[in-house]
Amino acid sequence: MNKRIVNHPILDTLTNKKDISFSFNGKNHKAVEGDTIASALLANGVRTLRYHEESGNPRGVYCNIGHCFECRVKVGNSEIVRACLTPVEEGMKIDSLTQYPTPLKGGLRHD
Amino acid sequence: MIDVIIIGGGPAGLSAANTCARNGLQVLVLDEFMKPGGRLLGQLHEEPDGEWWNGIKEASVLAAKADNLGVDVKLGVSVHNLQTDKGNWVVFTNKGKFRSTNLLLATGAAETPLPLPGWTLPGVMSIGAAQVMTNVHRVKVGEKGVIVGMNILSFAIMRELRLAGIQVDRVLLPPRNELLTESSNPIKIVDDLSEAAHLAPGFIMKWGAKLMRVKALRKIGLSFYPSNGFKIWDVPIQLKQAVVEIMGDKKVEGVKVVKLNTKGDPIPCTERIVEADFVCIAGGLYPLVELAAISGCPFHYIPELGGHIPLHNERMETPVEGLYVAGNITGIESAKVAMAQGVVAGLSVSQKVTKRIRLEEMTKVIEHVHDVRAKSIIQFHPDIQKGRKKIEILWNHYHQEKKQTKIPSIENSV
Repeated sequence: MNKRIVNHPILDTLTNKKDISFSFNGKNHKAVEGDTIASALLANGVRTLRYHEESGNPRGVYCNIGHCFECRVKVGNSEIVRACLTPVEEGMKIDSLTQYPTPLKGGLRHD
Repeated sequence: MIDVIIIGGGPAGLSAANTCARNGLQVLVLDEFMKPGGRLLGQLHEEPDGEWWNGIKEASVLAAKADNLGVDVKLGVSVHNLQTDKGNWVVFTNKGKFRSTNLLLATGAAETPLPLPGWTLPGVMSIGAAQVMTNVHRVKVGEKGVIVGMNILSFAIMRELRLAGIQVDRVLLPPRNELLTESSNPIKIVDDLSEAAHLAPGFIMKWGAKLMRVKALRKIGLSFYPSNGFKIWDVPIQLKQAVVEIMGDKKVEGVKVVKLNTKGDPIPCTERIVEADFVCIAGGLYPLVELAAISGCPFHYIPELGGHIPLHNERMETPVEGLYVAGNITGIESAKVAMAQGVVAGLSVSQKVTKRIRLEEMTKVIEHVHDVRAKSIIQFHPDIQKGRKKIEILWNHYHQEKKQTKIPSIENSV
């Protein structure tokens, strides 16, 4: 599924840029040079970037400029980044953040 | 030592950086995004003379100038704290600490969210998110969407989506609740937009006449406003319908819409579902001021300027030693005003460092801000001038009260 806006009545026509390969949750995708993780995934039809820590509900891009932190994803084995601010790189391994195994709420309370 | 660190590489920050560099200062610009230009990137609208304002081009002009002038622009850098140490600023980022004698905050604005049920579903995004995805990344945000919230930004970006071939099915009001009293009031919205249409011929000309007609109708309670709305650029604007919930299992599938009476109250049993695969929330903009708060700068709430504003004067100085502000952090206005303010801030910093800026030059650039503001075709608030006057009065008042005392910056050991 490709959702690129190639032609535009006012802006320049998109020129062919270098393809970049990356994976998201184990599946391989293609991006183009200049993509963020968020734009690359949306171009591939992927809207859900993470699952809420507590509820497990799916979350996607909300503000797309780094303010809301809704689009956090894991890059490599541990680094957590905002998908909307992070350029996608060749061979990047990206994974969703997932629901925590034990609930955050209802545990020990500190007075 | 760096003379000035500028936080934010948008229209204000880059204009300030270039002004400082021209006056021989060592300048460092920090910005979170991967490209310089801030929210210039993505702006695309028609000027009264028929020319297009293309923010991407404007950004590349500013960035190229910065490059030529030897400004150090570091991208992908997030600032999370500020401190002062022996009269210098220490800026904490994800790429380490940076020090300078002066600091300019040009952090711009953030979007006001309109919380409503279902708004965390993937496919719901702020209107600005859709703008960046469409015009900067050139990726379609969906096939058919709705916009919730009516303001100058939502109409401008609605047109940008249409230009890119994305279908916007309709623009609707947010639900009426305690959080959303103003943005859900059709009479207030018609009022604001009519004011904007009056102040901004050209850009709004195409639908201004329609709004004017509505403004007249407003007086008799929106009674004759068509329940299916009127169209702007082929998109129905529905002042008599509100979204009560965004629907979908794991992603946006549609919105639940209710009809409103002439007072803006929901009419019972008129709910129905409108299909959509994306929803844009357009709550307007507010100044992004956290770093000014950390710096210890005093604040005032000025609704005409979009929210809580760090106290500053026309020279873009704050009461905090070595701290300057420019652009939307001082109030929500167009990018052209931000650029003009950036030049003023740049001159103020240059004057502090070099003591060589002539008064005539400073006066000239301040007058330029006034000119640009008066001619601005995008007015985010009808009473922007009133807001500017308020902050000026507050500044004068502050200095009368604290004639001898300068606000001490936060002194922390670093």
